[in-house]
Amino acid sequence: MMNEVVQVLVPQAILVLTALVVLGLGVSVPKARKPITAATLFGGFLAAGSGLLFPLNGSFLHGMVAVDPLSRMFQLVILALALVAVVYAGDTFPERHFAESLALILFGAVGMMLLCATDDLLMIFLALELTSIPLYVLAAFQKSGRSSAEAGLKYFLIGSVSAAFLLYGFSLIYGVSGTTHLAEIARFSGPADPLLLAGIALSLGGLAFKVAAVPFQLWAPDVYEGAPTAAAALIASGSKVAGIFLLAKLLATGLAPWAGSPVFPGWSLLLGVVAAASIVLGNIAALVQSNVKRLLAYSAIAHAGYLLLGLASGQPASFVAVLFYVVVYATTTAGAFGVVIVVEREHGGSRVDDFNGLARSSPVLAICLLVFLASLAGIPPLAGFIGKFFLFSSALGNPGILWLVVLALAANAISLYYYLIVLKHVFVVPGPDGVPTRSSASRTVVAVLALAVLVLGFFPNLLLSPLERAAHPPAVPAQTP
Amino acid sequence: MILTATFFSAFAGAGLILLLPVRLAMLSRWVALASALAGLGFAAAALAAYDNSPAAPAVQFLTDLPWVPQLGISFLTGADGISLAMLVLTGIIAVAGVLFSWNVAHRPRAFFAFFLLIIGGVFGVFQSFDLFLLFVFYEIVILPKYFLIAAWGSTNREYGAMKLTMYSVAGSGLVLLVLLAIPVASGAHTFNLFALADPARSVFAPAFQTWAFPVLFTGFAVLAGLWPLHTWAPTGHVAAPTAVSMLLAGVVMKLGSYSALRVAMTVFPYGLDQWRTAFAVLAAAGIVGGALVALSQRDLKFTVGYSSIAHMGFVLLGLMTLNLAGLSGAVLQMFSHGIIGGLLFAVVGRMIYDRTHTRDMAALGRMNLSKAIPFATLTFTVASVASMGLPGFSGFIAEFTILKGAWQAFPLFLIPAGLGVVVTVAFTLRALQKTFFPSHPDGQPSAAGESTLDPITLPEKLGALLLMAVTLAIGVFPSVLLDPILRSFDSPLMQSVLREGMK
Repeated sequence: MMNEVVQVLVPQAILVLTALVVLGLGVSVPKARKPITAATLFGGFLAAGSGLLFPLNGSFLHGMVAVDPLSRMFQLVILALALVAVVYAGDTFPERHFAESLALILFGAVGMMLLCATDDLLMIFLALELTSIPLYVLAAFQKSGRSSAEAGLKYFLIGSVSAAFLLYGFSLIYGVSGTTHLAEIARFSGPADPLLLAGIALSLGGLAFKVAAVPFQLWAPDVYEGAPTAAAALIASGSKVAGIFLLAKLLATGLAPWAGSPVFPGWSLLLGVVAAASIVLGNIAALVQSNVKRLLAYSAIAHAGYLLLGLASGQPASFVAVLFYVVVYATTTAGAFGVVIVVEREHGGSRVDDFNGLARSSPVLAICLLVFLASLAGIPPLAGFIGKFFLFSSALGNPGILWLVVLALAANAISLYYYLIVLKHVFVVPGPDGVPTRSSASRTVVAVLALAVLVLGFFPNLLLSPLERAAHPPAVPAQTP
Repeated sequence: MILTATFFSAFAGAGLILLLPVRLAMLSRWVALASALAGLGFAAAALAAYDNSPAAPAVQFLTDLPWVPQLGISFLTGADGISLAMLVLTGIIAVAGVLFSWNVAHRPRAFFAFFLLIIGGVFGVFQSFDLFLLFVFYEIVILPKYFLIAAWGSTNREYGAMKLTMYSVAGSGLVLLVLLAIPVASGAHTFNLFALADPARSVFAPAFQTWAFPVLFTGFAVLAGLWPLHTWAPTGHVAAPTAVSMLLAGVVMKLGSYSALRVAMTVFPYGLDQWRTAFAVLAAAGIVGGALVALSQRDLKFTVGYSSIAHMGFVLLGLMTLNLAGLSGAVLQMFSHGIIGGLLFAVVGRMIYDRTHTRDMAALGRMNLSKAIPFATLTFTVASVASMGLPGFSGFIAEFTILKGAWQAFPLFLIPAGLGVVVTVAFTLRALQKTFFPSHPDGQPSAAGESTLDPITLPEKLGALLLMAVTLAIGVFPSVLLDPILRSFDSPLMQSVLREGMK
C-alpha cells in the first residue's frame, strides 16, 4: 500500500528533489544561470519520464491520493507548462535569487499536480495552498518594482479571501454530508439542504478566483501586467489548467447531484450567471487596453467564462470539451506570453506600441503571435476554433444554455477587434529601425507552441481521442437540469 | 485530386513565398503568378473534364476523408457546375489580381502570401460539401483581407479594413450559431451536405427551420452585400489595394451568395419558403438603392463599389425566384459580375489611381485621360458596356435570365429590377463620360498630366485582355458554363430549391 503511494507520487518527489538541488546550486554557483536552468529542465523531464514509465492508477489512503489516466494526462500537461515557464524565467529573471525563482516554479507545479490527483476535499485545499503560495511569491518577485509588489499583494489578498470562501464552503459540505471524499459526497442522498447549497456556492466562489472568473477576477489584470512575465505565464497557463480540471472534476463527481433542475436552482444556474458576467466583462474591458499583458488578462477572464459555460451545461460531452479547450487555451496563452517576453526584452515594453513593426524585425515571432491571437479569437483552422466549436456544440446538448451560447458568440465576434488591434501594430504599423534581435530559448519554445496550436487545429484528434479514452467513463456525468 | 490541387497550389505558393530570402523578395510575384496560373489550370481542367450527361452524378471529383469523426466532420470536397463556375472565376481573378499587382514593391512577400491565402480559402469554399469544412475555408479569408487592406490600402484604410472585418465576423457569428445548432436539431452527427439536405426526408423540424434559415442566410448574405448590411462593401472596396478590390468584388462577395445558395437554401427548404419574399424585397432594395447611390457619387471607385451592390442584388433576387431560370441566371451573374467588377476595379485602382493619385471624376476629367492612357479608356469602356448589360457580353445573358426567372416567379419585382437596370446604365454612362469624355465648356482641356502619366505596362494589358476576353467569350458562348450549371440544379442536392416553373 505505502509502496504504491510512493510510486504514484514519484514525479512529484522528483520535482521536489530537483527544486532542492536547484536551491543548492543557487547557493554554491549563483552566477551559473545556464547550468541552473538546465538542471531544472532535466529534473522536469525526469519527472515527466517517470510519470510515463510508471502509469500506476488507483485510489490510495482513502482517496487522499487518487490517480487515473485523465489526471495523469493533466499532470503531464501542467508539468510541460511549468517547464515552459522555466525556460521563460531562464531568459528573463534577474541574477539575484535566480535559483530560488526556478525552485518556486517547481514547487508550484508540484501543488498543481497534486491538485489533479486527489478525491478528497482536504487534500484539494492543501494542494491549492501549495500551488498558491509559490505563485504569490513569484508574482512579487521583482522586489524593486512597485508594480510587481502591488501584483503580489493583490494576488495574495484576493487569494486568501477566496481561500477562506473555499474552506468555509468545504466545511459546510462536510458538515452536511459527513465526508470529505468526493464519491461519498455524491452518494449522500439527503434532501437539498440549503446549507449544502450554500457550501457549494461558496466553494465555487473560491474556485472562481483560481480561474479568474467574475466576481474574483480583480487580481488578474494587475497580476498579469505587474508580475514578472514568466510568472504571469505560469499563472495564466498552468494554474488555469489545474483550476479548471479541479472544477470539472468537482462538478462531475462530488457535486453532480446538485446541478439543479427546473424545480430548484443548482450550480448550473450559478455557473451560467458567472460565465455570462465573465464573458461580457472580459471582452468589453479588453477593448480599451493598451498593454498587451492586461489585454491577455481580460481575454483570460473572457475565456474563463467560455469554459464555465461548458461546465454549466452539465453535459458529459462538455466535460471532455472543457478539458480539451483548457489545454488548447493554456498552450496558446503560454505562447502569447512568450512573444511578450521576447518583445519586452528587445523593444523594452509590452504596450501595443512596442509591438510596432514586429513582422519586419522578427517575422517568425510575428507569425507565431498571429497564430496565438487568431486561435484565441477562434479563427479556423487553429486549435482555438475547433475547441470553441466542440465546447459550444456540446453545451447545446442542454437547450437551456442556448442564451449563453448566443451571448458567447456575439462576444467572440467582438473579441476579434482587440486581437486585431495588436496584430495591426505587428503587421501594419512600421516599427523603429535597427532593433537588434537576439536568439533565445524562449523564441524556440514559442515556435514549438505555435506549431502545436496549428497541428491541433488540423488534427484535433491527437488530443481529443486520448482525452476521450481517458475520460471514459467520464466519472459520473452530471444531471441535465 | 484535380480539385483539391486548386487550393493546395495556392497555399503552397503562400508557403513558398514566406520561405523566400529577403534579397529574392521580388521573386514572390512570379511565385504568386505561377501558383495562380496553376489554380486556374486545375479549375479549367476540372470544368473540361466535367461530365454533363444526365447519367453522371451532378457532383463529381469527390474526395471524402474522415477528419474529426466524433463530431461528424469530414473532409468532403467535390464540384458540380455551380462550383466549377465559381472555381474558374476564382482562378481567373487570381491571375488577373497578380498581374495588376505587379508593381507592388512595398513588402511584396507578405502581400502575395496574404493574397494567395485568400485565393486558397476561396477555392476551398467553392468545393466543400461538408458544412464544417466550408466554414473553415470561409473563415481563412478574414484575417488576410484585414491585413491587405490595412497595410497596402489607401483612403481611410484602417477604418475600412476594420469595418469590413467586423461585418464579416458578425456574419460568421450568425453562421456559426446555426452550425452549432445543426447537430442538436438534426440529431445526427454529420455536417455532410448531402445528408443534411436530403430531399427524401425532412431532417429539420419546421420550427427550427423558421428561425435557422434567416439567421444562416443573413450570415452568409452579409458578405454578398445584402441591403441594408452592405455598407462595409463600398468602404472596404475603396480602401483596398487594387488586387484586393478585385478579389473582394470578384470572388469574396460570391462566397456569401454561393454559400447562401449551397447551404442555407438547400438545408432549410421550409424556412426558405417562409422568408423568401422578405429576402426578395431586400434584394430589390439593394438593386435600386445601390444603383441610386452610385449615381450620386463623385468618387469613381465609390461608383464602382456601389454598382457591386446593385449587381449583387440581382444575384440575390435570382436566388429568391426559386425557378431554374432565376437560379441559373444568378449563378451566371455571380461569374459575370466577378469578371466585370474585377475589371472595373482594375482600371480604377491600378490604371488610373496609381498614376493620377485621384479618383475624383471631375479632376480626372480635366486630365484628358482618353489621350493620355488610351488603353485604360478602352478597357473601362468595354467594362462599362459589359456592366450595363449589353448583348454580347456575359452581363447581358446573366441579367436577362434572372429577369426571365423573376417574371415567372413574381412579376411585380420586375419594376424595381427594371428601374435598377435603367439607373445602372445611367450611372455607368455618367462615370464614363465624366471621367474619360468630359465636355469642356471652356474649349480645350488642360493638357496637364497628359505627358506625365506612365504608359500602361504589359502585365496590366495582359490582365485586362484576359478579363475582357472572358466576359466576351461567356457572352457569346454562355453554354460553356450554363450547361453544367443547369445540369447541377437537376440533382438531389439542389432539387430542393426549385419550387416552380421547371424548365
